[in-house]
This record gives sequence, structure tokens and C-alpha cells, in this order.
Amino acid sequence: MDGPAIEAEGLVRVFKKTRAVDGIDLVVESGEIYGFLGPNGAGKSTTVHMLTTLLPPTAGTARVNGYDVVHQGPQVRSSIGAALQEAALDPLLTGREHLRLQASLQGMPHDIRRRRADELLHRVGLSEAGDRKVKTYSGGMKRRLDLALALVHSPRILFLDEPTTGLDIQSRTALWDEVGRLTRDDGVTVFLTTQYLEEADVLADRVGIIDHGHIVAEGTPDELKASVGRPTVEVVPLDAGEHERAAAIIARFGDPCGSEHGVAVRLRSSEADLAGIVRALDAENLKVEQLQLHQPSLDDVFLAKTGRSLEGAAEEEEGERGGLAMEPA
Amino acid sequence: MRQPAAVIAPLVFPILLLAVNSGGLKAETQLPGFPTNSFVAFALAVPFIQGALFSTMNAGTDLARDIQTGFLNRLTLTPMRRLAVLGGQLGGVIVLGLVQAVVYLAVGLAVGVRFESGPAGILVLFAFAFMVSLAFGSLGTLAALRTGSGEAVQGLFPAFFVFLFISSMNIPRNLIQVTWFRDAATANPVSYLLEAVRSLIIVGWNAEALALGFGICAVIAVIGLSLSSWALKVRMAR
Repeated sequence: MDGPAIEAEGLVRVFKKTRAVDGIDLVVESGEIYGFLGPNGAGKSTTVHMLTTLLPPTAGTARVNGYDVVHQGPQVRSSIGAALQEAALDPLLTGREHLRLQASLQGMPHDIRRRRADELLHRVGLSEAGDRKVKTYSGGMKRRLDLALALVHSPRILFLDEPTTGLDIQSRTALWDEVGRLTRDDGVTVFLTTQYLEEADVLADRVGIIDHGHIVAEGTPDELKASVGRPTVEVVPLDAGEHERAAAIIARFGDPCGSEHGVAVRLRSSEADLAGIVRALDAENLKVEQLQLHQPSLDDVFLAKTGRSLEGAAEEEEGERGGLAMEPA
Repeated sequence: MRQPAAVIAPLVFPILLLAVNSGGLKAETQLPGFPTNSFVAFALAVPFIQGALFSTMNAGTDLARDIQTGFLNRLTLTPMRRLAVLGGQLGGVIVLGLVQAVVYLAVGLAVGVRFESGPAGILVLFAFAFMVSLAFGSLGTLAALRTGSGEAVQGLFPAFFVFLFISSMNIPRNLIQVTWFRDAATANPVSYLLEAVRSLIIVGWNAEALALGFGICAVIAVIGLSLSSWALKVRMAR
């Protein structure tokens, strides 16, 4: 396919009076993992629903794998796989039956369906549980089966809507490995929404940060972090009376900035200065209780762009949504 | 047979009701003008319609469960047309309706009911069972798509049963003495569905009864399917 895997221009979705997605422009290149980061209710899932043809946009255009999401729905759906926020499974079917049904609905020949089901069950670690009804599965197993279903027809583009929400750390790591493998080995483009900073940081080649239906920042995780500032070093002297002396020493390496427990500077160059700071403190015979290097995080990026932290925004959104009629996030 | 209750209940309950009514209301055949000597033959039409009501609930409840679990989204994420999802759901209901028809017919024949319209009438009866399942099933899918709740769909069940009980289910309309009840049964489309089946069993070939029965089924099916496809479109656009 020529051109980007996913393209959107001025994408808008309005629910009654709420503009859940408010003019999003997106370009996701083929083979990349695009992380869509934002708090609950920011518009991530609504964007995914529009890009996967589950929801028509109120305004704007989007093309997925070169196909228009409004006018070429079947072609879009043939070329994508999607695992939505809630694992979309029938509790009365077994894992294997789900895979065969999905393969059949994707128009795969009968003899290939069985082989593909076995292969995917093995890949997501459900070979032994494949013949059990889904209602007996744990949350992690359902997630893995949902991912397998999204992969049945070997799609070129995969949409994962908060795939690790509610998963334990082992299941989360396993899913990250699989997503990485899909991109690396199979060249699959992944559009991943998440509210976990670490997930976006670890997995995504590029990250779009969405808040209140707008993309407020976009770039590689390193670019985004670099855009909000340099690393800071915080020193907590062992003797509380040595704060001023510690501040003077570390001021040689950067610009003083706020610290709750000790003194801190924003480094002028890079984290390589950390070694210089340690040497300088030692040379001045100043004993320290704590010395920490703080790299800017994606939360700092969110804070810089929206004026609040991602965690705080999530709580705020939860509070707001408590008083609203339920609508897709 | 994944959900035995969904298959067994529509098979067993109408037969039980048939057995109870046939025992309790047998004396009706002594009424002047009663169309047959066999009350079982008269009442055998009821299970067909009652079974269709169960089909309504099954179609609606299954679809509502698919909506609630998100499985409907999973199905609509495939390249197939969205109306095909509806078609698949109704296909299952129709198959169950035909299986029910075979069982009710077998029970009727086993207890000595003679089919006045002969083998061709049995074929027409199956065609009618198809139409009734489609018509009532489409009402079930409509309820599911509008409410998205299995409980709400099941809440409709008593309402549908009221239609069955204020029909000519237990007595021919011309023998109903209470005026309001006779009028209600005459206005109730379910009476005509029963009378279409009944005509094949105890009369033979009655073009008017069959035309009314099939016509009402067709009207319900067209309305139910049109509104269901509209409701599906609305649900997917929410």
C-alpha cells in the first residue's frame, strides 16, 4: 500500500452536546506503533470507533489502508483487526469456536480456518484452554483471545483500544511483547490507545496525546519529553543545614529549580552531568542522603500541554462523567 | 444446544399447555357449531403460535446479550454487511421455529390428530411456521436493538402473552359469548394466525384463513425487519 496506513483530517464526533472528538488530524505511517495517550473520556475510544467504521464521524474524513471509513466500510474492515476496550466475546462459545467463526466471517477457506485457529491459540498461550467456554476464562485470557481474534485474517493494521487495562503485570508484559513482535516481524501497523504512560513510552514509535477531543502534542516519546525540558537533578543533603552549600555546588551544572525535600537544578546539557555533580559533591565533602536524576516523563508533557497531570485528569474526568449520561469515551 | 433452556422451553411448555387445555376444555366440543370433535386438533394451533412467542424472546435476548457483551461489535467489525448480522440471528430463530413445528406436528399425529389438508397442508404449515418465526423474531430483534437489554426484552413476554390469551386460542370467535372479548379477539391479529394453522388441521383448505394468516405474518415481518434494520443503523451510529 502506498501512503500512510491511517490518515484523518478534521475528524469530529458529536454526541448530543458533547464534542467527544473535536477536529483530529492524524497520520500513522505503515509499520509503526502509534500510541494514543489520554485520560478516560479524552476521545480515544471514539476515535478508534470511527477509524474502525463502528461509528460514523460527524465531520471530517479518515482513510484506513487507503479506504474511506465512511464509504468503503467493508474494505476497511477487511484490512484491519481490532481489539476493543471490552473483550468482545460470546461467553457460550469456546476460544477455538470464536476463532473459527471469525475466520469464517472473514471469508477464509474451511481448511485454513482450523489451522489458523490452532496457530493463534498457540501464539497467545491458549492452546490448552481453547476448547473451554469463554465464560470460564480469566480477564487476561479473554484479552489474549480478543487479540487473537483481531489477528485471524492477518490484518495489515491493528487497532488496540486500551488492551492492557485491568491486566496483571505479567499479562501486560506478554501483550507488549506480542505487539512488538507483530510490528517487528510481520510489519503490522498498530494504533494503540492507552492511559498508561509507561505503555506508550515502552511500545510506541510515536505518541499522540489527546485531551478533551484535541490532539495536544504529537511526536516520538523522546521528542515529546525533550520538548518540555531537560532532566533535573535533586540533592537532599544528609545535614539539613547544608542546603545552601549543596545548592551552590549543583548550581554550577544547571539552573536552580524547585524541590520539595532538598535542592534541585535543571541540567544545562545532559544526564552525563550527573557524574560531574557526584564528583563535585565528593570534592566538597558534602554528604548526601539522596541524589536523584529525574527525566521528563510523558506525564510532564501532558502537564505542560494541558496544565494538569494525566493521573489528575483521569480522576477529574471520572468525576465529570459521574454526573453525565454514559456515552462512548 | 448451548443453551438448553432456549430450546427446551419453547418445545415443552406449549405441549404442556396443550395437554392441560385439551383435558380441561374437552367439553367445548359439545357446543353447537364447534368445528371439530377433537379438541386436541382444535388446540394444536396454539403451540405453533406460543412457540413463535418464545422465538421472539430468544431472538431478542440473544441479540441483547451480544450487544451487552460487545460481541455485536465484534461481528460488525468483519467485512460482512451489517444486515447479515440480523439475518444470522433470525436464521437461528427460524431453524428453531421449524424444529418446534416438527415436534408439535409429531405430537399431534401421535395423539391421533388427522390433518385435513393432507401432506401438502403440512408443507404449508412449515411455510407458515417459517413466516411466524421470522415475524415474531424480528419483533424480538427490534426490542433488543432499541433497548440493548435482555431484561427489557424478557419484560415484553407477558405483553405478548396477553395477545395470545385474548385471541381465539381456546374457543372459536363465533362461539365467544362475551361481546368485549369477542371484539378484542376479532381485532387481535393473533386470532388470525391461530385460525390459519387451525384451518389446515381441521378444515382442509381455507383460502381466506390462509391469506389472512400469511398476510398478517408478512406485515409484521416487514414492519419488524424494517424497524430492526433502522434500529441497527441507529445503534451503530450512536
